[in-house]
Amino acid sequence: MKTLIRNLAILAGTVIGAAFLTAAPAAAAEGEAHEPENHAWTFEGPFGTFERTQLQRGFQVFQEVCASCHALEHITFRNLGEGTGPFTCFPDPNASHEDDGHHAEPLCYDNPNDNPVILQIASAYMIEDGPDDAGDMFERAGTPADNWPSPFANEQQARASNGGAYPPDLSLIVKARAGGADYVRSLLLGYHEAPEGMTVRPGLHYNEYFPGGQIAMAPPLSDGIVTYADDTEATTEQMAEDVVTFLAWASDPHLVERNRTGLMVLIYLFVFAVLLWFAYKQVWSRVEH
Amino acid sequence: MSGPSTYEPQTGIERWLDSRLPIARLMWDSFVDFPTPRNLNYWWTFGGILAIFLMIQIITGVVLAMHYTADVNMAFDSVQRIRRDVPFGWLIQSMHANGASFFFLAVYIHIFRGMYYGSYKAPREVLWILGVVIYLLMMATGFLGYVLPWGQMSYWGAMVITNLFGALPVVGEGIREWLWGGFSVGNATLTRFYALHFLLPFVIAGVVILHIWALHVPGNNNPTGLTVKTKKDTLPFHPYYTVKDGFAIVVFLMIYAAFVFYMPDALGHADNYIEANPLVTPSHIVPEWYYLPFYAILRAITFDIGPISAQLGGVLAMFGAIAILFVLPWLDTSPVRSMRYRPVARWFFLIFMIVCLCLGWCGANNPDDHVLGTPLKFVNFAQILTLYYFAYFLVILPVLGFTERPKERPASIEAAVLGNKPATAQPAE
Repeated sequence: MKTLIRNLAILAGTVIGAAFLTAAPAAAAEGEAHEPENHAWTFEGPFGTFERTQLQRGFQVFQEVCASCHALEHITFRNLGEGTGPFTCFPDPNASHEDDGHHAEPLCYDNPNDNPVILQIASAYMIEDGPDDAGDMFERAGTPADNWPSPFANEQQARASNGGAYPPDLSLIVKARAGGADYVRSLLLGYHEAPEGMTVRPGLHYNEYFPGGQIAMAPPLSDGIVTYADDTEATTEQMAEDVVTFLAWASDPHLVERNRTGLMVLIYLFVFAVLLWFAYKQVWSRVEH
Repeated sequence: MSGPSTYEPQTGIERWLDSRLPIARLMWDSFVDFPTPRNLNYWWTFGGILAIFLMIQIITGVVLAMHYTADVNMAFDSVQRIRRDVPFGWLIQSMHANGASFFFLAVYIHIFRGMYYGSYKAPREVLWILGVVIYLLMMATGFLGYVLPWGQMSYWGAMVITNLFGALPVVGEGIREWLWGGFSVGNATLTRFYALHFLLPFVIAGVVILHIWALHVPGNNNPTGLTVKTKKDTLPFHPYYTVKDGFAIVVFLMIYAAFVFYMPDALGHADNYIEANPLVTPSHIVPEWYYLPFYAILRAITFDIGPISAQLGGVLAMFGAIAILFVLPWLDTSPVRSMRYRPVARWFFLIFMIVCLCLGWCGANNPDDHVLGTPLKFVNFAQILTLYYFAYFLVILPVLGFTERPKERPASIEAAVLGNKPATAQPAE
């Protein structure tokens, strides 16, 4: 019996050992998408944060390029002016542009309902509301409390306008894709000539980062497609980084608050643990153990 | 072992209450004066950690329930509303979702500790069985809770798990429709899962009280597995173990906080940020990490066994893998509790732990993929591991009790603690 057990042990040990020691990396299966390219983001790591000017540029790219097909349903206009949002603070448009060596103080608004930029963005959209007293639906200008309006009335309309493809909602896109921000940026920059021997179906575009390699979305970005207000050069790379940063904020608007709170909590717990460790040592020094 | 109560009411109000409802006496005897073996190591702190996590889950869960909407058209959006608009909703939601993972991490360590030190053996069989009941209830609660955010993995996970019941002969179809409340996973499924997800934690809390009761009759096991013989073997629970448990709890909470604040999605799946869509199946449906070993066992049975189809065989193997824990006290025939003194069993136990981890690894991978580029497929690897999993309980432990020669054990816990030190070195207590 013992030999049987020993043999069993050796068998199990060999199998597990073989599994662990075989260093050969798993070969990428044919036709699988490329691993997204790793990019350094301002919002990575425990001290990650969003740079407000970059969020403003990213919002501009989203509004002028992406928003014509993609919804952002979990974002309201007011969100854009809350916390670390893009327009809580913005450059004072009335500040003198004299080159006197220091920048003018930006204008900041605690309440997005008072924020002129938010009011301006919201009021540029017409929102269907109602019914009114006569029972009719009517259109009115957007307010900060309104959700970001979807470009299409429903999925069917979106598909009909996009060759059968449904542009996904972007308010969670960074969280809803494996690879997160790196993946979305790689995808935006991943349009190339299809490799030889691959036939791209009509209406689709080759993208090396998209599963299957063929995506319905046409290359959305090209150099200079937007003109940045802050004089940053609108290269494709720059726009991709900016808009993905904006989308990362949109999918996780409390990221900075979370990081800051986490630091406080960890410091508190660490001090508490040290105190408990000394209490433990002191209490147990009374007995042999 | 609890012995006569040492509680002495100090004030008039305590005396008044003690003669009517001796609850202060119960608390004093259970959590202050309770005689606890003096040699418990840090593996014994996980009971306290689990109690804390049950409380965290219930408190955060009740707050989430105030804001959550159980409706297929609104559930996904309501979770987003919690994370974006509810004050500190991002924190509460992250604590609850990650809390489930850390609850399971702690319970797995707790179970492995019990298995290594033989805490399931007489006179603690009922204590062990109650623990397995809690674990089963946790698995049910965790599964029900994962459905509530109504993402793609929620929906398809619910589909896979409820379909398991459909594999049962004769009654399967009926049970499945009864669980669904219809002919597919839908609104009726979501609302009943929500109701049950709210209910079960309180059932767990009830069984935890029984678990602690069953612990306090024979008292704690300890790393030597020896029975407490004299008062010198023990220390009062307070302050010795309150302070030690407290330290361990805070250290564990630090790891938990690192995930809650810095990696809130690390243990989840990206697909669950896509709203459930019955028309689109995700390319890989994987459960939460804490179910992966059982998922691997489910998928390991790819062949018919006589009249039992492969699908039913997988379901039986998966439930059997948990059910077998109920009879563990009678499968292990060795009279020696702690594997510290079982030179052969401890190696088989170590392999068993590695097998469980590898099963989890198999569960996370596509069965037809190859293990690290070797010719071995994950499904075949999982089959070998499943064989060991069951052999450990059904062959190795029963046989070892007869064939193994245990090492010599110390005379008492006190002797094990003090070792060979001269008796004079022991200070008066």
